[in-house]
Formats: sequence, structure tokens, C-alpha cells
Amino acid sequence: MSVRRLDPHAERARRNRLHARHLEFARPAWRWTSVDGVTRINPHALGAIGPNGIKRIDRSGASVETSAAGGPQTSAEPVRRRITIDDPAGYILVVPELPEGRLGDHDRDLFGLARQLADGTDLAVTAVTFRSDVDGFEEAVADRIMDLSEDIEGRYDPESRLAALVEVEDMLAPRHWIFADSLPDGGDLGRRLSARLSSRGESRGAEDPPPATRVWQFADGKTRSRAGDRLDILRDVPRVLLALPECAEPVSETRHEARTIVLEPVARTSEETGDENRPSGVIDRGRVTVDPQQIPLAQAPFILSAGRGVSDWEGYHHAARVLGASEGASRVAVDDGNMPRARQVGATGTFVSASCYIAVGISGAVQHLQGIARCQRVIAINSDPSCDMVKRADLAIIADGDALLAAVCERLGQPRIASAPADQWHAEESRHVAA
Amino acid sequence: MSPRESTVSPKTVALVSSGRHPVSGRAGRAREDARAVEMGLALVGAELSLGHAGDPQDASLQACLKEYLGMFHGLDDDRGGRLSLLAMSAEDDAVPRLAAWLEQSGVRLVLTGQRAECGEGSGMVGYLLAERLGWSIATGVAAIEHCDDHSVTVLQALPQGQRRRLEIRLPCLIAVDSVADAPRQSAFGPARRGRIELVTDLALASEARVDAARRDWQWEPARARPKRLKVVKSTNARDRFRAAAAKSSASNGQVLTDLTSEEAADKLIAYLRAEKVLAPGDQ
Repeated sequence: MSVRRLDPHAERARRNRLHARHLEFARPAWRWTSVDGVTRINPHALGAIGPNGIKRIDRSGASVETSAAGGPQTSAEPVRRRITIDDPAGYILVVPELPEGRLGDHDRDLFGLARQLADGTDLAVTAVTFRSDVDGFEEAVADRIMDLSEDIEGRYDPESRLAALVEVEDMLAPRHWIFADSLPDGGDLGRRLSARLSSRGESRGAEDPPPATRVWQFADGKTRSRAGDRLDILRDVPRVLLALPECAEPVSETRHEARTIVLEPVARTSEETGDENRPSGVIDRGRVTVDPQQIPLAQAPFILSAGRGVSDWEGYHHAARVLGASEGASRVAVDDGNMPRARQVGATGTFVSASCYIAVGISGAVQHLQGIARCQRVIAINSDPSCDMVKRADLAIIADGDALLAAVCERLGQPRIASAPADQWHAEESRHVAA
Repeated sequence: MSPRESTVSPKTVALVSSGRHPVSGRAGRAREDARAVEMGLALVGAELSLGHAGDPQDASLQACLKEYLGMFHGLDDDRGGRLSLLAMSAEDDAVPRLAAWLEQSGVRLVLTGQRAECGEGSGMVGYLLAERLGWSIATGVAAIEHCDDHSVTVLQALPQGQRRRLEIRLPCLIAVDSVADAPRQSAFGPARRGRIELVTDLALASEARVDAARRDWQWEPARARPKRLKVVKSTNARDRFRAAAAKSSASNGQVLTDLTSEEAADKLIAYLRAEKVLAPGDQ
């Protein structure tokens, strides 16, 4: 963004009506009172030229400056200050969760907390990650990055992760460790590290204060953490903190360099190396395939939801099976008896938090939109382009739901066969109704 | 999947704590600990023994522990449950006592909840015990699939209802998640028949008696956490006003119109694959 500069001489000439060059700099007045006492408006002197060269008169109260077409664009987001720490006085290590391989909201809060702890000092906030393909640490205000993914591949192996963290501890001697207090990931690792540090401290005779778990606030040099039985604990900041979501505001003013630092192997004593040759106590045997219909609807990661716009219910169930999605429904579909009550999404049903939510034939009542407020990606399939669900959706497809679901199943190689028995069944049912 | 079918079962203990009802605040079983007891009963039946470190003079604690003993029903033999109460005062550190007791009694598998509902509730006890004893520990366990002499295979609960299978070497500690099988009801008769044994003869180093770290802490009634406000940081008032006045649901999504269903299906599948909802090779 280019900087808009003022010419002080021109400003002075513009303010002073008696200045010899006043007319050169003065913008023509757009409103004046004529000799007859009538207010005159010159529309040509009013308004500003927009980015595509068309003159616009904006009466919304914004400050209007006459500018040439293609002039400086003001961006809505203020520019972040750049901060570089070359010689840090110490380190604050943050171990972000990185759900789906990117920085989440909880991670940004952790960095915000680290910034608060480092406030006014030369402490370098360092991100310790177990994956290499993550970006955005500059914006999340990490001064340094330490990538430990070489030692640990994608498997869940808490003991080797712990060993890597202990190595980092020996190398940097950080002021604080910050973990996300979420089980079984960050909370588990943080508690393991804290237990290891306290046992090491005991053997060396130096007592290490226990970690602060479920930290939700840092104020006046003390942390406030939630205890059991409706109590809070206010205490000095310990070395290891396990923080809840929204423990601090994420930082938006500054931008840090996120320089990579490399872990140098530390010379270990013999007993410690002996400790590492022990086989791992926890072995990952891989993910277990879970039936999506068995997952509680509030936790399901992928939901295919149906409403009044669906008429081919067999095809819908088949599509949910093919896509591997949990089934959801709008209130209308439940009231009509097409779906069980437990599958209803919305304020009167279940509040869902899927990472992908497909709404087929749901126009988006307010209650339903409240129910899907925490979904990350919403796809709407609807025949009405003006409905609220289409406005909410990240991807909206204006089409007939039944035909689209059938086409999706066909494209995925599993078309629904034997549609004839279902038709027969319907025909039979209608005969019963008639009789 | 029936854990009872496994022939050998290691000596198993469930560590329990006193709980509070989340709404009424009434003392009772802790929810996750009760699930741990249920898991232990399903695994070894009446062989399961319980453990707790606390003040034996506390009457409400006794009532609470009786509730756990009341879960010993519907098993093959009708022996009452046994609970070892390690005597200590409220200021003492439970970890050295529990560690000494577990070592003494030759236990190989310990089941417990993830966090206590009373007191600090940090969830650290299991980790400190595992570190002190050199055991393995797994947290967030939803079910035990198989158990033999050397290892136990469990399902770990992950976010969004997913599960991961873990094989854990014995001896180990298992912290049970709240999605594990619901605990059976506590019944009065078994609670009466169950015995609470007081354990006082533990060999402890003298300095490990008192939990010194918590003296400087200030305890206060839990405050409601402030709701996060949506702050728009913009340099000009116009943008701030716009952000405040805008409808929150308005987003700039992509709208696809006038497609045949085949084209629309292709677009949908491409989107799902790009967002990694569908696996790329899924045909």
C-alpha cells in the first residue's frame, strides 16, 4: 500500500482564502449560498471517482476525497507491524494442535497467550510442531519455528514425541511451555512433559511447580485456571501451562519472522540413552473405521442433511452410505415421518459441529441455521437460488436434490440398483391407503 | 468383542475419586471414574479392587465410596467389592502413597477417569504415577478390546467421534473417556456388603508427605468466562460501522446455476475432494 502524503504548502494555501495561489489548490465548493440567499449545489464538484473511473456520490457519511481513477486503495485490514527479535533473552515454547494440518482458533489463542507472557521482553515465542507443511506462523506471531517432524512420522507415538520435547527443553531451557488442554492430543503431551520435568527436578533436588491446567486467563502476572467443583485457582505462572480455548485474544497488530531453528543433538548421559532403547509402551495400531451412523450427531465430521426438497428417501440413504456421511434432517423431514427425531438438526434438535455439512433441499429456517452455526463448510443443494441456506453456504448448487444425489452415486461408481422393488412397495402402500 | 472372553486377566485396580453432580452439586460418584469401574467390572468381574487416597474421617467421602462399591452386582460371584482407602489428610500429596500402594500390591492394570471433579482436577495424578512407576499411560480410552499377560488393546476416543486402536504394554494406567460404556447403577445391598479397608502402613519418604506446591495458590469461586466479542480492527470508522451493521450470515459463497445433474455432481465431488472430505481415490 502506498502512503498518502500531504503537501504542507498546498494545505496552507488551501486554508487561506487570501493566499495568492489559493484557487490552484482549493477544491471547488459544492455548496454555497447565492446572493439571493438560495443554497446552490454544484453536483460536478461533489463525489469521488471510483476505481473503475465512474464518479460516485456517496452519502453514507464517509469522508469523500476527490481522487484520480485507480488511486490508492485503502485496505480494510490495518498493516501489521513487523517485529524481529535477533537475540532473544529466552524462549516461550508453544506446541500448537494443528487440526487438519493448519493453525486453528485454539492455536491462535495459545500464541496470543504466549505474546501476553512475553509482553515487553525479548522472549522469543517459538512454535514446536510435529509436521513440516504448516504455514501462517508469521501472522500467528511466532518468532521461531522448530520442526520436529524428522524424528516422528505421522503415527501417534506420545513417548517419542515426549523424548523430542525433552531434548528441546535441554537445548533451549525455555521460560514457559504452552500446550492446548485438549485430550487426547496437546493435553496428553503437556501432562507427560510436566510429569517428566517434575520427576527430573525431584531427582536433582530442585522442586518444579506443578503445571497450570485448564488455564483460561492471564492477568497481572498470574494465571487463572479452572479447578473442579466450581472453583478457580489464581497462581503464579508455572513453567508448563495447558490452556483452554479463548484463553487470550489472538494477536492482530504485529507480524513476526518465524525463523526456523534446528535441533542440535545434545550429548546424553548413559542412563538416559538406556532409557530410550526401551520399546515404546504405546503402539499405534491405526485408525478404526467407525460407522458414520453410530457417531453422535453433535460430533459427526461429515453430515448429509435432507429436508422438504428430498422426495426419493431410499436414494438419499444410499447417497449417505456412498459418501460415508452421517444422516441429518430438517424439522420438516422429521415431522413428515421421513427421518427419526434423533436426526433433527437445529435449535430444536441437535447443534452440530461438522467440518462439512451438505444440506439437500433445506431452505434454511433460522432455527436450522443456528444449529449449523459451528459447521466449517456448508454446501447447499437447492432449487431455489434465493433461499437463506444458499446465502449461508460456501458452495451452493441450484439443482434438484434427488437427481443430483443419484448422479453423485453414479459418478462414484455405486449407482443405486433395484429401484424397482421400492417403487413396487410404494405402489403397494398406495393401494392399501386406497383400500 | 467381549473382553471377558480373554483367558488371562492381570491384577486390576480402579482408582476412584469423589464427584459432584454437575447441576445439583450433590456428592456422589465421579462420572468418568464410574465408567472406569464399569470397564474394570466388564474386564475382570469381581476380581476388580478399588483404590482411593483420602481422609477416613470424612463421612461424605465414605458415602461416596460406598456408591462405587454398590456397583458390584450382576457379576458371576456375589462377593462384595473391596476398596482400599489410603489414609491421608487433605493437605497431603496422594501420588507417593498411591505409587507405594500400587507397587506393594502387584497391580498391573490401573483404570481411572481423566480428571477429578473435586479439588484441583488437573488430571495429573495418572501421569505422575506412571512417571514414578515407569509404567505406560494412555488417555481418552473408550473401550478395552483385548487383554492378555503382556499388553492390552484399547480404542482411544478422538475428536469428531473417531477411534484409534492402541496397543499398550503392561503394566499400564488407562484414563477412561466419558464416551466409554455408561456405568451400571449403584445398588444399596452391594454397597452395604462392600468392605472399605484402611491402609496406613505405607513406607514413605518423609519429605514426600505434604503437597507443598499448593500453599501459595488462591482459591476463588469459579467466574463465568467472558464472552469473546467480535472486534473489528479497522482504521476508519466507516468499516467498523459496516462490520457492526452487517448481517453475520452473509458470506461470499460460490453459487452454481444452470447445470445438468451430471455436471453438478462432478462439481460437488471435486469440491469434496479438494476439501479432503472424500479420499481422492474413492471411486
